[in-house]
Amino acid sequence: MADVEETGATVAAAPRPRGGPLRSVRDSLVVAKRNLLRMMRIPEMVVFGLVQPIMFVVLFSYVFGGAIMVPGQASADATVYREFLMAGIFAQTVTFATAGAGAGIADDMNKGLIDRFRSLPMARGAVLTGRTLADLVQTALTLVVLAIVAVLVGWRIHDGALKALGAFGLLLLLGYAFSWIGALIGLSVRTPEAATSGGLIWLFPLTFISNAFVPSSKMPAVLGHIADWNPFSATVQASRQLFGNPEGVVSDAWPMQHPALASVLWSLLIIVLFRTLAVRKYRSATA
Amino acid sequence: MPGAIHAEGLVKTFGDVRALDGVDLDVPEGTVLGLLGPNGAGKTTAVRVLTTLLRPDSGTAVVAGVDVLKNPDEVRRSIGLSGQFAAVDEYLTGRENLQMVGQLYQMGARAAKARASELLERFSLAEAADRTAKTYSGGMRRRLDLAAALVVSPPVMFMDEPTTGLDPRNRQALWEVIQELVAGGTTLLLTTQYLEEADHLAHDICVIDRGRVIARGTSDQLKAHTGGERVEVVVHEREHIAVAQEVLRVLGKGETTVQEHTRQVTVPVVGGAKLLAEVIRELDTRGVEIDDIGLRRPTLDDVFISLTGHGTEDGLQGDGETESKGVE
Repeated sequence: MADVEETGATVAAAPRPRGGPLRSVRDSLVVAKRNLLRMMRIPEMVVFGLVQPIMFVVLFSYVFGGAIMVPGQASADATVYREFLMAGIFAQTVTFATAGAGAGIADDMNKGLIDRFRSLPMARGAVLTGRTLADLVQTALTLVVLAIVAVLVGWRIHDGALKALGAFGLLLLLGYAFSWIGALIGLSVRTPEAATSGGLIWLFPLTFISNAFVPSSKMPAVLGHIADWNPFSATVQASRQLFGNPEGVVSDAWPMQHPALASVLWSLLIIVLFRTLAVRKYRSATA
Repeated sequence: MPGAIHAEGLVKTFGDVRALDGVDLDVPEGTVLGLLGPNGAGKTTAVRVLTTLLRPDSGTAVVAGVDVLKNPDEVRRSIGLSGQFAAVDEYLTGRENLQMVGQLYQMGARAAKARASELLERFSLAEAADRTAKTYSGGMRRRLDLAAALVVSPPVMFMDEPTTGLDPRNRQALWEVIQELVAGGTTLLLTTQYLEEADHLAHDICVIDRGRVIARGTSDQLKAHTGGERVEVVVHEREHIAVAQEVLRVLGKGETTVQEHTRQVTVPVVGGAKLLAEVIRELDTRGVEIDDIGLRRPTLDDVFISLTGHGTEDGLQGDGETESKGVE
């Protein structure tokens, strides 16, 4: 058997796949590794991904900083606003993972790689899970860089490292959830360009009608309610609390009173919903 | 007994276009079926259905003894797919690409690594193994794509236009690889728009047009079906055309045709090589000097034109046009 194998003269089916969950994890990691290798070889993508949030930190801190008064404070104080702002910028940054996941998967569709994957005896959701896991790693790196910049402009963690890690955990979970939205977008559009804009445009209203940049108490009532129930706001509010940053006047809406729990629930809901839709779409995907 | 690939009554519609309109296929184990047709004929759709990428609207398909619709995951273990567009990750090296595919075929990491090295060697990619596929030439990418499809030596292979866009040297090299594979016992379904390629590689040919199989058989059977062996003579002197025409009229079966400027005379014949010898003797006796003489059998191009009435050319010009022709 062995020597026939070497001449390439025999044919044989691939080994029978092992049990479901194990195969799923292993295949996802193989695909994640592939996507991380790609990211390392296209460093400009990672760099551009950092420019926008850093620009926001600087613009909001120095341009708006002195003009926006965080309720509960005596006066408009740029330092206070910077501390208030950072959780919002962090959360906005992690949601931009949507565009990366979408563009990457749309590109794989165009290049015929999804066809290749779909013809292999691999676990169903592994191509998408692998992509979202790689995005999670990239998001984590981005957050590290962004936190350093934030410290440089005066942002501080006030309640200890453990709580701060909890905040970063919530932020990463939110980012991971949003990359599943991106995966669905990537499978639904024709080009990577469309996936990028399709992944970004709705993020602006989503992140601005929230408590990220301006406290919801300062918005018209309708927008204020939307902001309080915005999944995005819960993570921002929870992060502020965990970092010990100024929170402004917090609404008594349920998600704002239990922000960490609300943040986890929202993120899990998004993952379950969009993962189901994306995997279903993947199974019938055609380039 | 059904073959390694067996399909019955496959139908797939995209909107108004019936991409597959009741296709039956049967490929006995260890043989090559050439699926021949112009762009938009339904070749790729057929391959996508048989490789589990696309569900047909109706019909059944069995590949390597497994029902494609009921048990697609099991089918995927036994097939290799090499596409029209080289589906390799251009930011990964050749080696990384093959290792990844091996692991996704559920090989262990070490086995996948060893197999990748072996394939890189076999496909003359060893030197470029650790460069990203982005730097590869078209031929190299195609070889890498084919290697990826062969990671597990699958018993059934599908190749969708494997040589489209390759230069003649690379095409020849790929043909050799394909012939080796088949010699090793692989069953192959190959789509092509090159009649020469089907002629060269396939045991059986299915001619497909507008979603339907319009003819099937060996290359010889298809040519014989079209009929028309003919003898072509090119005489050395223009004055001898008339004599040659006279000889061919007597020995041949039908009207002679003359091309004055090339000094070529042609006549349909029955009787093949024996008759050819007779023609040569007769021309020699009459003192006609000849530059070239031969027994011409119809090419698959002729076959195609006689079957479809529209030749392969209108298909080759553009995707969209032929696609819409399917609806007429």
